This record gives sequence, C-alpha cells and structure tokens, in this order.
Amino acid sequence: MIWTDLQSTLGRAGYVASDDLAVALQLALSLGRPLLLEGAAGVGKTEVARTLAATRETRLIRLQCYEGLDAAQAIYEWNYQRQLLAIRASAEDGETGKAVEDRIFSREFLLERPLLAAISQDTPPVLLIDEIDRADEEFEAYLLEILSDFQISIPELGTITAKSRPIVILTSNGTRDLSDALRRRCLYTYVNYPTRETEVAILKARCPEIEAKLAAQIVGFVQKLREEELEKTPGVAEMLDFAAALMGLGIADLTSDPATLQATLTTLLKTQTDQAQITPEVAGRIAGRAA
Amino acid sequence: MSRVTRFAGRDPGPAARVAGFVGHLRDNGMRLGVAEAATALDALNTLSATSADDARRALRAVCTGCKEEAEQFDALFDSYWMDAGRVRRKVVPSKSSSNSDDVHSSRDADGREASAAGSATAPDTGNGEADSDGTGKLIATDVRNLSRKDLRDLVRPDEVAEAEAVARRLGAALRDRRSRRRIAARKGDRLHFRKIIRASLATGGEPLRLLRKRRPDRTRKIVALCDVSGSMTVYAQVFLAFLAGLLRADTAADAYLFHTRLVRITEALRDKDAMRAIGRMSLMADGFGGGSKIGPSLGLFAETYARRFVDGRSVVLILSDGYDTEHPEHIDAALAKLRKRGCKIIWLNPLKGWTDYAPVAEGMAAALPHLDLFKAANTLDDFAALERELEAL
Repeated sequence: MIWTDLQSTLGRAGYVASDDLAVALQLALSLGRPLLLEGAAGVGKTEVARTLAATRETRLIRLQCYEGLDAAQAIYEWNYQRQLLAIRASAEDGETGKAVEDRIFSREFLLERPLLAAISQDTPPVLLIDEIDRADEEFEAYLLEILSDFQISIPELGTITAKSRPIVILTSNGTRDLSDALRRRCLYTYVNYPTRETEVAILKARCPEIEAKLAAQIVGFVQKLREEELEKTPGVAEMLDFAAALMGLGIADLTSDPATLQATLTTLLKTQTDQAQITPEVAGRIAGRAA
Repeated sequence: MSRVTRFAGRDPGPAARVAGFVGHLRDNGMRLGVAEAATALDALNTLSATSADDARRALRAVCTGCKEEAEQFDALFDSYWMDAGRVRRKVVPSKSSSNSDDVHSSRDADGREASAAGSATAPDTGNGEADSDGTGKLIATDVRNLSRKDLRDLVRPDEVAEAEAVARRLGAALRDRRSRRRIAARKGDRLHFRKIIRASLATGGEPLRLLRKRRPDRTRKIVALCDVSGSMTVYAQVFLAFLAGLLRADTAADAYLFHTRLVRITEALRDKDAMRAIGRMSLMADGFGGGSKIGPSLGLFAETYARRFVDGRSVVLILSDGYDTEHPEHIDAALAKLRKRGCKIIWLNPLKGWTDYAPVAEGMAAALPHLDLFKAANTLDDFAALERELEAL
C-alpha cells in the first residue's frame, strides 16, 4: 500500500495521520489535485502541510488568508521603487525608451507573492493556503484559475505557467461556506479530533521523554474535557502545550496536585467563561475519571 | 422515482459501476459532475485499492465536499457496494443512520417508522403521540405530532410573491449604512489617497489615475428561526410565506424551522420553483404542528449552525409564541450564547398583537432581557411595518 508508506513517513516526522487523511494526501499527491482540509481549530490541519514539506524536503510556501486579501498580496506586484530608480538611471545612461520598458517589465522587477512563488519553483513545493474561509469570495475566484491550470496571467509579461506543480493544501475552519466551484476542484477530508490512541501516539511523537502513565492521563483528561460544554474546545496543539506545562513543572500524576493542575489549565481553556466553568472540583473529577 | 441504489450484476465493468455510484450519490443530493466520476476511477487506479476500506477512503476524499456530505457518505457507500441498498425499487436509499439535521426521514430516532400509532379518537395520554392539532390550542405540547401536513395547502404562490417584496424591503432597511471605514470603489465620494499614491509609483510619481473610495453598504444577514409547533399552526401560513419570500429575495439569508427538533431549510427554500420549495420544506418539517422545545432548539442552533452562519453583522429573527415545554433557563442560556456572537436578536411574537397581552409565558419572560426588539407579527402587513423599526436598530 502506498498510502501506508506515506503514513509511516509522516509518523517518523512526528505527525500521526489518520487513515482517511493519509489516503486523501496520497491521492492529492498522485492525482495532482489540491486537498481541502476542514475541521475545528487545533486538530493539526496546518501542521500536516508543514510535516509534508519537511518529509519531502521541499519548501513550504504559506499564504495566510484574511478579509481583504487581494491579488497584489497573494499573487504578484511590480516593484515600483526599483522601476523608478531604473528609469532614472537609464535616463542618465542614454538608454532608449523601448529598451527601458522591456527591462523594467521583466521578472527581475516582479515581486513574487506566495501564489506566484509557488508555481515558479524548480522542485514542487508545498503550497499551504491557510484559513481560506477568511478570504473574500472574490479571492476564491482568483484561486480557481491557479488551482485548475496552475498558471498566472500578468498583462505586461504574458502568462506564466508552472515550472512544477505545487502540492496544494487548503485549510478551512468553516466560518463561512466555500463556493461549490472551489470544493469541486479539491479533494476533501474532514479532520476530526483524534481518538484516544491516536492522541497518545501524537503526544509520544512530540514529547518522546514523557512517561506512558502521564501521557495516558493527559490525553484522557483532554478527551474528557472535550465532552464538557465549552465555548472553545481544546485542540491537539493545546493538549501538547498542557503536556509541556506539566512536564516543565515536574508533575508525574495529574491527581496529585489539584492547585497546579488548575494553574496549568490556562493552556487548555482560552475564554473566561470556560475557565469559570471548569472549577477545581470539576477539574479534579475529570482528572480522577481520566486516571 | 425509481433509483438504483446498489450496483447491478449486469453492469459491464468497474467503470460502469463507479459511474453508477457517482449517479447514486448525485441522486442523494451531492453535487457531482462527470469529471468526478473520472477522478474517482483515477483515484482507485492510483491507490490500486484492493480492500473495501481503501476504496471507501479514496472515494470519500474525491466525492465529498463538506462535513455533512462526509458524514452521509458511509451509509451511501454501504448501500451501493455492500448490498445494503436495493435495485430499482421506489424507496429512498441509504440506511437512515445519518445524524445530520438536514436529513429528513419519516422514521423516529430509534428507527421505527413514524406512523400514527394508537386510535385516532383516543384522548392524548400525555406520553403517546398526539394525533392531530386541535383548534384554538395555545398550550405547548410535548409530544410530536405525526400527522404530516402538506405546507403547500397553507401557502399560496401569490402570498410568496407578496412576502418576497416585503422581505426585500426589510433587507434594504437592515442595510447598515453607518460603516465608518471607506473602501476602494469605482464611483466613490472621496479620493482614496493611499491607493492614488501607490498607483502613482507606476507612473513616475504623477497621480494620473484618481482612485476613489466610499462607505460601503454593509448588508446585514437575516437568519430566521420559525417555530412550527402546534400552538403556532394558526400563524404558520404567514410565517412560512415570509420565510419563502425572504430566501428568494435575499441570497444571504438563512432559515430554520423548529418544533421538537431544529431543521435547516435554507437549501430547500432556494429551489427555483416557489411551490416546489415549499413542498420540500414540508417534507423537512416532519412533525409540523407538534410539540415545542424552543429552548433546546435555540441552544442547538447557538452551538452548531450559529458558529458558522451568525456573526456581528447578522440579525437573528425568531418567530415564535414563546410557549415552551422545557425549562425557561434553556432559552435564557441559548440566547445569551447567541448574543455573544454579536448579532441582533429580534423576536416576533404573534400573540403580542392581542390586547392585554403580557409576556408572562416563562419562556418569553426569560428571553426578554436578551432581545433587541420584541414585536407583534400576525400578517404580512405587520412584517412590512417592521421596516421602520429595523432601520432604527
């Protein structure tokens, strides 16, 4: 099975991928399709791109989306300052107008933004388009051209086609519905919170020095915490912070010291109401059940 | 409608079967084209998927596009490939194991066929299923009403058209014109200096192109939640027409029905044919005219859909009489949670139009502190009259 190879490669690099995710990644790699990952915050959507780039020893090019992101920030922009300097300098050298024009509208004067950078690499990079749901719908339209043809049209230069096809990973937190056109062009996987076994494996991969008993307790605690009614459910990243905090404080057993446990909960609970809801008693009860 | 819900033995080969599977998914509401069938075959080839689980994972990655579809996928896969479906029978395929609220089913949660049980004339014992809606019933019932109503009997096309006009005006009234920030626009009232200077770099520092900016109209998104429990049946006609009109007039609007469950009806109401849309809605409003669980329904909304569809620019419109069979704390907590998303909450109560009405129902009293506007609404004219209030909001 080729996808199990990919899964174990990722595993060696410290990312424990579920079977579904591994198959989808393998398909994205072999079919050359973008992969759209959806899921709650902190389940490791961004991390998978980072690990993939590390295992394939290519560049990770990341485009963080936000409201108001436009083509100048995402695709390319002319370097006007350099163009002006070049014009001034050429005027003194007595260069002809045509020659100057050709020179200042060349790749040398083009500022590459992530999308252009991604298609002009010699080795296929991993292009991570993070939180695509935050970008405006107009931006999705720009993306469609690039994701389906892997080419960018620049009026002054012509069309730039990809030297190599980047591996594209899009992530979304589901804050708005993405367009059908975009979804159709992508393979799709919904990334869930990991199961207990997977999460223990993740913790061990990230903190190899952790004791098995504490690891099981931490994961059990976080998994139980996710079942509570919280505004912001702790993700895998929070769980790792929590583990790091406990290890830093030299705690070997969750149930031994309720006060410290409560103090370290700041790594897991990120809103005031959540912190108010998980009182020391509740935390103690959850820790007791998880142990 | 005759549907193939599993592969037929006479299909010539894997390609035809995969094509059949894609067709099967399409019949079940997934938007898939011919290209997806080709991609699905490619995917199976590249993985050289020999085990059923591999094939399932590969096809899920290719064929699904959102969380709901991914959840639905397993049941559809089983029914087609695992012999759980039927060949050419007039039955809606797939085991009804999906938990999605969007999926309507004529079965109970525990899988029993939801047909009226017991005798039609027997009195309501309080623990059985209510047989039908009474007339003039204003108390909340805690049993599901199983006599399914066709909402098309309640709503006339001309009303939908009228409601559409009203909804369009309401949408215009809700447009927030107080946006402080100006954004670049082709025809703006002011010059956009930052952009002009930036653009002037391209022309050697001469501002040749004058770019403009203006205050944008920030459209507010209307999210309507309509109570269709027994006590609201009398008003359903107006409210449903309003919902249908609202969704046709405003492409950003979102609508839900609730009685003892919460159902999202946005997709169904977007159907081009107004009456067919209402037909689809009535299928979804299974249990229409039954009991009311306002608090839990609103709570579910605040925790699931609201996270995706409600933000600071939303106006949540609740159409209900506030008669709830559950504890009022539920309503209190749900509305508090909803408020935190920064939206405006408007409660339209048909009973408020009555003389001497006081919001004494516990649910209504619990809701009042969270509301931005609490108004009466019985007829479409009332909705139209809301226009001015909404402008002031």
